[in-house]
Amino acid sequence: MGEKREITVSINGKTYTEEVEVRFTLADFMRQQLGLTGTHLGCEHGVCGACTILFDGQSARSCLMLAVQANGHEITTIEGIAPSEDELHPLQEAFRDNHGLQCGFCTPGMLTTLLEFLRDNPDPTEEEVRIAISGNLCRCTGYQGIVAAALDAAQRLREANGA
Amino acid sequence: MAPESVTPASGSDGGSLFGRSVRRIEDAALVTGRGRFVDDIRFPDAAHAAFVRSPHAHATIRSVDVSLASKVKGVLAVFTLDDFRPLLAKERLAVGLPSPSYRQERDRPVLAGAEVVHVGEPVAIVIAESRYIAEDASALVEIDFDLLPAVADCRAALAPDAPLVHSDSPHNELAAFELAYGDVEGTFAAAPHVFSDTFWQHRGGSHSIEGRGCVAVYDGVREKLTLFSSTQAAHSARDVLVDLLGWDETRIRVRTPDVGGGFGPKVVFYQEDVSTALATMLIGRPVRWAEDRREHFIASTQERDQYWDVEIAVDDDGRVLGLRGSMIHDHGAYTARGINLAYNSALVVTLPYDIPAYRMGVTLALTNKVPSTPVRGAGHPQGIFVMERMLDRAATELGIDRAEIRRRNLVPAEKIPYERPLKSRGDTFVVLDSGDYPACMEEALRRCDYDGFRERQARARDEGRYIGIGVANYVKGTGRGPFESVSVKVGTSGRVLVHTGAAAMGQSTRTMLSQIVAGQLGGDMDLVEVVTGDSDGVPIGIGGSASRQTVTAGSSAAIAATEVREKLLALAAIMLEASPEDLEIAGGDVRVKGVPDMKVGLGKLANSVGGTPGYTLPGGIDPGMEATGNFLVDDLTFCNGTQVVEVEVDIETGRVTFLNYVVRHDAGIQINPMIVEGQVIGGAAHGIGNALYEWMGYDENAQPITTNFAEYLMITAPEMPSFDLSHMASPSPLNPLGVKGVGECGLVPATSAIIAAIEDALSPFGARLTHSPVTPAELVALVHAGAK
Repeated sequence: MGEKREITVSINGKTYTEEVEVRFTLADFMRQQLGLTGTHLGCEHGVCGACTILFDGQSARSCLMLAVQANGHEITTIEGIAPSEDELHPLQEAFRDNHGLQCGFCTPGMLTTLLEFLRDNPDPTEEEVRIAISGNLCRCTGYQGIVAAALDAAQRLREANGA
Repeated sequence: MAPESVTPASGSDGGSLFGRSVRRIEDAALVTGRGRFVDDIRFPDAAHAAFVRSPHAHATIRSVDVSLASKVKGVLAVFTLDDFRPLLAKERLAVGLPSPSYRQERDRPVLAGAEVVHVGEPVAIVIAESRYIAEDASALVEIDFDLLPAVADCRAALAPDAPLVHSDSPHNELAAFELAYGDVEGTFAAAPHVFSDTFWQHRGGSHSIEGRGCVAVYDGVREKLTLFSSTQAAHSARDVLVDLLGWDETRIRVRTPDVGGGFGPKVVFYQEDVSTALATMLIGRPVRWAEDRREHFIASTQERDQYWDVEIAVDDDGRVLGLRGSMIHDHGAYTARGINLAYNSALVVTLPYDIPAYRMGVTLALTNKVPSTPVRGAGHPQGIFVMERMLDRAATELGIDRAEIRRRNLVPAEKIPYERPLKSRGDTFVVLDSGDYPACMEEALRRCDYDGFRERQARARDEGRYIGIGVANYVKGTGRGPFESVSVKVGTSGRVLVHTGAAAMGQSTRTMLSQIVAGQLGGDMDLVEVVTGDSDGVPIGIGGSASRQTVTAGSSAAIAATEVREKLLALAAIMLEASPEDLEIAGGDVRVKGVPDMKVGLGKLANSVGGTPGYTLPGGIDPGMEATGNFLVDDLTFCNGTQVVEVEVDIETGRVTFLNYVVRHDAGIQINPMIVEGQVIGGAAHGIGNALYEWMGYDENAQPITTNFAEYLMITAPEMPSFDLSHMASPSPLNPLGVKGVGECGLVPATSAIIAAIEDALSPFGARLTHSPVTPAELVALVHAGAK
């Protein structure tokens, strides 16, 4: 076994203090050690985007980071997006209503990427949405449902915030 | 079985579900990270596997030394074929798709023994406490290879002096066959015009975002093996294991969790599946394996290359009299899924058009590459490409408009149903069963303002812009039989339990089935639980391929659910002392119409025929509130469509931009239009990738040179056009729902239409495009060559 370090990370609002092998990626740490399997690994070389998480609020590839780099930081994954157990975030609702997913494997990265994007750009154009998710591969949908879901979510979020 | 009419129940009790874009039952879990994919399955004592693979395309193995690897701390075992032999009844993976065309049998060994024949072929499996350790140790397995010459090009493979792909082969010809009808020789001898062309067509891999994977668990007490696998065909995976291990079926269960996309290659059973299963028995702990992306590039099956030489005979009016030629297909080093990929290509060429004579000679050549098997579309896009490009060629030569030449040759509506003198691989004649191809094309042309295009093009050229239009028609056989099994059962819980051999890998199979079943049983999809991909769920099953499941499993579900519905109503009629006609199913109850208080719960009804020892069943009703549907169908039902694509090509950079993308599509009756649209557009996206981006490259030594997503390009959101998608709905006469498959249909004509449009845009430079994909560099070179 390789060298281990103790790290403390906040994931979806919960604090974990764990011994982790220094060479473990953040994705493997979350998936294998913490059982947070909602974050997916599609290419493990930083292109497909399925493993995207929010790292201190910024989207990042969890397959390209080491777990020890997350020490002292805050992470949001797909498991932490919904406001409660039986309620969905408007972005999740919009994905469901607009057929923004088929197999669902790219969905964790799409949701985290768009969560950040819509926070920074609440009223985007379609083209801006397409560029925002250009670092996320989807083999099922042709992206149309995802783009529609993002625009729909933006509207829902604007209405919720305006109300 | 003759199709019987299953009318969706109407009115208050569920009929309104059929044909509606209801939300998918899969989504709530998937958008919250609660999906359960194969690599999410956790057994606390599971060990991790990594495979040692051949780095060479062709070599003899002199020795394998695992001693260093075995000493690595955390390594539990390293196994080669020699270690597995005592557990195996057979050493090769039989594929079970018979054909008289084989010249040699080339099934894959469980692990390579004396010879490796492609880069990526597994030689040994390392089991360790973590994937990290297993991968470290796999680099320490020392294999002494003697390199042999490799065959990279399927055309060169067939040369008399070509090196051999397998050193014990007499030659590299894997199979050969001919498809033909009509008086081909006479037609060509008398034809006013004959044009010939050569085509190279290439398709890459599946690239489901989830790679393959499996988790194997052996229960030593019950002597039962469970393999969790990301397969598209759980029952067939079980059957291959039965064959390899020589066990009976009760001891092997294959279960498919959520699958992150399939697209064809996951229908194949692989060496990794059986090796992981064998390893778990040898070490006495669960063993897991997850494919990484590089392994997907080198060890998952893919489509790759076909080379066609084709001649078309036409009269002065552009009527096609005949088409003939030959095709060489890159089969790879082994047979992993029969010959059907090449067969589909040759079979589909003339189907949309009424062409009196056809002959295509096909040779499947072995190469030192991973086997080729169907990827979404399964050879059809290539066959369609040949026909469509030859029509464009003839149109250009004869000065006929490209749409007009299609008008003159499409199978007319009045000929449908139309038996063609070609046999599908099940040995039945192809019958184009329904549809109106000319009407489909006309509407697609109208929606693209085809008639106004030449004016648009002229205006654009005045501005120095190069735009072009391409038209492609296609048919695709869907709903491949003979059946798919679906059982529908009302439990004493009151919930409706559906088990099927069908597989769910993202196409909304569970929603499709629950929509059909709930439509018969009260309309509440939340009451329906669908279990897919469990070899113990139903005794027989086939799985997800060939756009087949809505036709086969959907029809079986409708039949089974109708039977259960009738039984529920008959039983409730006795219990409520009412006539069955006065009853309806709603909200988990059977109730008297108009008297909602007179009701009995589905669970209670199930319980009353579930049997209590010593008590008589009510009213002579059979035991159990369940039924199984095995709707039988041999003939394929053909979906059809037209894509009209308008592009602009930047002659400086070779960039292709979509100005207009019209998809006109007929897949019969739609159960859920939202899902149909998602399938068609997803397919078209894959087709755009095949036309413009995806290239699985090998060097002259058959070494793969595109093994990551930087070298192999997938389409991303900004490149996608917005589609004008519209539907026709010619019901299939071949199944009770009137449905046709839709999973591959958006893809099939895409490459043809796009390449045609690019060629048209670059026609001032004399461009002729006979291959796919095309790259920006090639287009710029064409412009330069033409401008000279």
